[in-house]
Amino acid sequence: MGEIEELRKEADSLKDQITAARKAVQDTTLQEAVASITVVGRVQMKTRKTLRGHLAKIYAMHWGADAKLCVSASQDGKLIVWDSITTNKVNAIPLKSSWVMTCAYAPSGNLVACGGLDNMCSIYNLKGKDGNVKVMRELAAHTGYLSCCRFLSDSEIITSSGDCTCVLWDIETGTQKTIFAGHQGDCMSLAVSPDFNFFISGACDFTAKLWDIREGQCRQTFGGHESDINAIGFFPNGNAVITGSDDATCKLYDLRADQELITYQDSGIMCGVTSLAPSFSGRLLLAGYDDFNVNIWDALKAERVGVLAGHDNRVSCIGVSADGMACCTGSWDSFLKIWN
Amino acid sequence: MSGSSSIVAMKKVVQQLRFEASLNRVKVSQAAADLQQFCLQHAQQDPLLTGMSSSNNPFRPQKVCSFL
Repeated sequence: MGEIEELRKEADSLKDQITAARKAVQDTTLQEAVASITVVGRVQMKTRKTLRGHLAKIYAMHWGADAKLCVSASQDGKLIVWDSITTNKVNAIPLKSSWVMTCAYAPSGNLVACGGLDNMCSIYNLKGKDGNVKVMRELAAHTGYLSCCRFLSDSEIITSSGDCTCVLWDIETGTQKTIFAGHQGDCMSLAVSPDFNFFISGACDFTAKLWDIREGQCRQTFGGHESDINAIGFFPNGNAVITGSDDATCKLYDLRADQELITYQDSGIMCGVTSLAPSFSGRLLLAGYDDFNVNIWDALKAERVGVLAGHDNRVSCIGVSADGMACCTGSWDSFLKIWN
Repeated sequence: MSGSSSIVAMKKVVQQLRFEASLNRVKVSQAAADLQQFCLQHAQQDPLLTGMSSSNNPFRPQKVCSFL
């Protein structure tokens, strides 16, 4: 009994140490630091395209690296690859399991992946020899639902799961290379750093964790949210992380200062954040909410500067294309919309 | 009595906290300045921020006049 008490005391003392160390570098706040710059003017975007074709709720979408093609996943049991400019469906892939929660496009454009309540991550080859899109690999080992997946390359993918872990997979062999354990609740979302060396995960334990992909280690843990973190993304310079939560707020955490710099909240917003994406420069933060809207925030001043209203149900996913030209939203109303 | 497994788990928690506590932290003033600088440096290349004319917008169809 004595040893456990000792360890608990040491843990508490270390937590106090971390809190003190964070305070020690808090020589100002982001709000004070940007006091001299003006808020971005009102941002108005229009729906330029509506991608119609899914027959049920859309749960996820991901842009391809060419900023033209994107993939979406719906509980109608289909993955659709769209040409966002012509609105043509390039591929319509029927899934074995219709309970899909996430999808991803490989940076090469050769592969897409998806997964959900089947606890697996299925990899599809879009560029097969006979022109048919087939399952290339089924990555099975998670003991909980697949909430998110992101490719590092055609040979490696990272997944997050309701079993509270994230995993780095070798796609070729279908095996787990590294298991990232530490979260005390379902992992809901992940994002890979621009340099591909790190990834961040958001979970139902209300924390976000930064992981070193090659060392297999959690480097930093960020708290402060009062409910599940549903969405997470990197600020484009790779030095900060943005989270979106069921507590109706988004937060910006700086990795080098190891702390929260600002919260994006408004007394008028009382519903959860489902998804988020920064604009190309990071100045705008687009966040999707349960109330069917996307709010656009000035990321530095933490003020709302616009709204994207157009969906007839919850906005479940959002993404900004790699060249920053457009934002795509996916909704439970079964449509995707392209805005700019 | 799962004594030994919870001790192993607690040791991992303590080890992780020790590692996180050892981080070298940068001052918030520096972090904030770098974020601001990045935003301002890339502002002109951010079409959602600056807006764009229809001729530069790949998602906005050009209205073409043709002689019949």
